[in-house]
Formats: sequence, C-alpha cells, structure tokens
Amino acid sequence: MRVRVAIGIALVVLCVARPSSAQVDFTGQWAPLYHEDTIERIPGPELGDYTGLPLSEAGRMRADSWDADRISVVQEYQCRPHSSDYSLRGLAPLRIWADYDPATQRIVAFHTHIGAYENKRTIYLDGRPRPSEYAPHTFQGFSTGVWEGNMLTVTTTHLKENYLRRNGVPRSSKATFTEHWVMHGNYLTITHVVYDPVILTEPLVRSQSWFLDPGQRAGLFPCEYLPEVPAEAGAVPHYLPGTNPWLKEFAEWYALPVEATRGGAETLYPEYRAKMGAYKPKDKCERFCNCTGFGDCLSPTGGR
Amino acid sequence: MNTHRVALLAWSIVTSGLVVVSAQAPAPTAAPAATSEITVLQVQKNVYLLGSSTGNVAVQIGDDGVLLVDTGTAPMAQKLFAAIRTLSSKPIHTIVNTHLHSDHTGGNQALVKLGAGGPQPPRVMGHENTYNRMVAAAVEANTNTPAAALPMNAYFTPTRDFFLNGEAIVLHHVSAHTDGDTLVHFRGSDVVAVGDVFNPDIYPVIDLANGGTVNGTIAALNHLLEITVPAKYQEGGTYVVPGHGRICDEAEVVEYRDMVTIIRDRIADLVKKGLTLEQVKAARPSRDYDADYGRTSGSWTTDMFVEAVYRTINAK
Repeated sequence: MRVRVAIGIALVVLCVARPSSAQVDFTGQWAPLYHEDTIERIPGPELGDYTGLPLSEAGRMRADSWDADRISVVQEYQCRPHSSDYSLRGLAPLRIWADYDPATQRIVAFHTHIGAYENKRTIYLDGRPRPSEYAPHTFQGFSTGVWEGNMLTVTTTHLKENYLRRNGVPRSSKATFTEHWVMHGNYLTITHVVYDPVILTEPLVRSQSWFLDPGQRAGLFPCEYLPEVPAEAGAVPHYLPGTNPWLKEFAEWYALPVEATRGGAETLYPEYRAKMGAYKPKDKCERFCNCTGFGDCLSPTGGR
Repeated sequence: MNTHRVALLAWSIVTSGLVVVSAQAPAPTAAPAATSEITVLQVQKNVYLLGSSTGNVAVQIGDDGVLLVDTGTAPMAQKLFAAIRTLSSKPIHTIVNTHLHSDHTGGNQALVKLGAGGPQPPRVMGHENTYNRMVAAAVEANTNTPAAALPMNAYFTPTRDFFLNGEAIVLHHVSAHTDGDTLVHFRGSDVVAVGDVFNPDIYPVIDLANGGTVNGTIAALNHLLEITVPAKYQEGGTYVVPGHGRICDEAEVVEYRDMVTIIRDRIADLVKKGLTLEQVKAARPSRDYDADYGRTSGSWTTDMFVEAVYRTINAK
C-alpha cells in the first residue's frame, strides 16, 4: 500500500509541478487584435499626429522633415520591412514556433514569423552573448529572453533604423527595446518598451494582443522595388524646416491645440490637460468614428 | 608644394634603397602580439573585418595570398598582423589604401615587411591623388618616407580591376572624404570596403585640405548605392565595411545618404538666403541628426562638419 501511495504522489508531482523557472509555450498561430490604437495601426496615422510619443526635439524635427514621397522616390524604401518593434503593431498574422533542448525538453529559442514582409525573428533563451559592436544591425535585431515567472522578458539590440510611427517619426539604430510576453487563456499580450536616446526623451510603452487561431495561414508578401515616378538620380524628398504644409491638418480635423499634437513627454501625462486651456472637443465625431476593426477603418468617413 | 619637388622626392624614394623588402625575404618570426584589442569577424565569403578603436581593416583571404584594405595605425601593425595570421598563413599579396590618412595607411611599411614571403613583395595600391598627397605631406614634413609606406602601385582611371583569390576586385575612385578615395568592391564575396567615405556613427569627415567636398561625398554615397544590391527586404546582400564602426548593408547607406543630402540642402537654403557661416552654425541645421552622428569634442565636431558643408556647398 505504501509503495502504491508513493508512486501515486510521484505521478501527481510529475504531472503538476513546474520547474522553479517556469516556461510557457507560446507556439501557435496568433491573429492580431486591433482594439488598441486602431486608427494608428489600420488606416495609418494622420500626418503630424505625434500624440502619445515622448519625442525629443530631434525626433520631432525628423518627423516634420519627412515627405511621404520618399518611400516611392527612394527605391530602397519600397521594400524596407517593419522592424521587430514596429512589426508588433502591424496588421499581419503571427506564427510562433520553438526549439527544444533534446536533453531537458526546455525551450531554448522561439521563432516568429509575421506576415508583413515575411519577417522572421529568433529569440534566444540559451544565454548566448550579444554579438560584437562591429556586427551588422538588422531590422529584426538580436533578441534574448529570460523568464520572470510565467512572463517572458525579451531584450533586443543591434537594430537598424526604422519607424516609431509610419507618418515619418523614425526610430534610430541606437535604440533598444524590451518586451514582456504574457499568455492568458487563448490571448497573447506583448507589452514593449522602446528606449531611443536619439528620438525619445522617455521610454515609449505600447502593448498589443493576439488571439489563438489555429486555422490561420500567413500569406506571402511579394515585394519588388523599381522606379515608380520620374525623379532625379539621388533625389531625397524632404521638407526644409518650417515648410511642411501638412502638420496642422490633424489638429484642425480633431479640434486639438496644435501644441498638443506635437508629442513630447509632457503631453503624455494627465497634468497636461490643464495646459490645454479652453480646449473643447468637437460635438460630433467626423473621422474614423466607428473604427474598431479592419473593415470599419478603411476610410476616414467610415465607408469601406 | 611644387610638383617638381614632389616628383624629385618620389624618384628619390624609389631609388634610395628604402624599398627594403626583397622577394626572398623570410617570413617574419616575431612572436604574435596579443589580438585582444582587435575584433575579427567574417563579413561574407572570403572577406573579414578586423575592427579596432583606431579603425577597420578589411581582409580578403584565399590561395593567392592575403589582401588588405588599409593597414591601420603604425603602432597597431604587429597586432593586426597577428590577427591576420588567425585567418591565413599566406603572405600578403596586396594592400589597397582607401585614402591617405595615417589611421588607414600607418601600418603599410610594417605590414609590407611582416607579410612578405610571396613570389613578389606585397604591392601597395591606391589612387594617384592619395599617392601624390602622401608624398607631398612627406616633403612638407621633411621626412624620409620609405617606398613601402606609399601606394606606389597607383591608378589614375575611374576604376581599376584585377582578379585575386578566385574573385574579381574592382577599385572605384571617388572624391568624397578626400579627392583620392577608393571603394574596394569584392564582386564574388559581395562586399565593398569604403574607407572613410561612409562611417555609420559620425558625420562625414570632409577633409577640405585634401580635396574633400560635401557634394563629392553625396555623389560617392550614390555611387556606392549603385554598387550595392540588397537581398530580400533590404537585408544583407552586399555588405559594406566602413572605415570605422560596424559592418553595414545598403539600408544603412541609404539612411546616411539621406541624412547628408538633407543637411546639405538645408545649408544650401540658408546660404541662398545670405546667411554667414556663423549664422548658419547658429541656425543648427543638423540638430535633428546631432544625437546620432554629431560630436561636441574630438577631431571632427558637428561645427566642423557644418563649416565643411558651408565651404564646399558649391564645389563639384
């Protein structure tokens, strides 16, 4: 009888016990949810909308100088992918798979594939060192992860320059970012924090979620660069300081004080409302009023 | 510097017996120096990077011998050679100087000596403007520069090509950082070593005294973009070894070219409006890029960059 009890206890322990450093297996097909920052992520941000971004003076000026023509005139931008931090914001399906240590069956790496630009990325959990300072930077960067309870915390370095927001707000190659992956039931939430000493004065915190969708299939993302418009060789479209005519549209459309749309750490906090003085929102919503999902957000007036 | 004196000095260098490396010179036997200050990374296929705080050296290896793009500073030569020996035991076949500065040519003489042992002494190549300016500088300083320290195998055409270690190598002359810059394109390995025409972490160093201009820099970056071909989604493909800093690819050269072009255009606009140099500096036309590429101290500050752009804005 004692032997049977001991075996029973051992089986229970084997079945329910988790190692002191828990692991969560995030593998699967994940479909993105757009309830957070929908307008920014689906139709795309309005020109001049820097709200929610703790921009430095440099970041604001870079964004003000940006001319959307650059992504067609400069061929090298046509197939420039979303980097790993911006990819999380995108529209595309996410697939996750893992590598296991055959001796321990512990996860030693996660791999992700995101539909947009077929971005592939590896997050190493095997404690390997970061590459040399002379190693190339990439759009996906170099990522390592550690477990904090059931949460996976990922740190990414060696990034190429990319976007913080796709209305011209850049993210520099000096930036790094940290992610916190949490699974709750069939939902995955990744909160990520971008540290950019060039473009930001404070860390930028954003989150996004997915739901488990085993029937999902990520499509291909063909991209071919070619001359799209006649342009002088070496042309780099941009606005000289003070000449960008599109920066006030956003404030006018949403009846916001222009200063409040210009970003900066101060504008992120509730205390800033006091500085907005007599600000009064429009009586009736006029743009992206029902924008909560893909189909409702394709035009500013709500049509499809 | 008068041309006659330069020619005389060059002739005296060639005939003075200072060409010290004989074809039969034994391989060096000095104990390898520590390489801890040098990072060795494979760039792609036959080409490697030797990176250090004083600058980068690109190394191509193969059956024909070792090719070096630049030779670092003179004090680093022993360590560089030890690092080269971790990649190949072959003699040095060719050295290409991307331009004249001593952080790229300072090791010429020592490495020609250390790397000898092939059927011919290592040849040192470079554009003739680089050669002329190095000779002129030696005359000016009244120093007895040995031939091995100079790119005696100079070229004067827009390009020069040769075949080594199983791949075509094309030297492209550009006038950017100086008027004698060379981009070294390893066509088989798909790597371009570019000297100080492009450094990813600092504004272009425009050496006015040696013929550098902002428009030449932009033209050279555009020429480099014609050479580079990205792999899928602008990642990899042709790799670029800068004179200092990390290995890059086309996407980063594009960002850099855009930055230089935008700042040039802003300064040109201010010049057109009649602003003086001091007024241009006060307007801080590069302030959105300063945290990325600027310096407030050292040998190349943001102020010096803005001034160099201002002074060469109309130069071809």
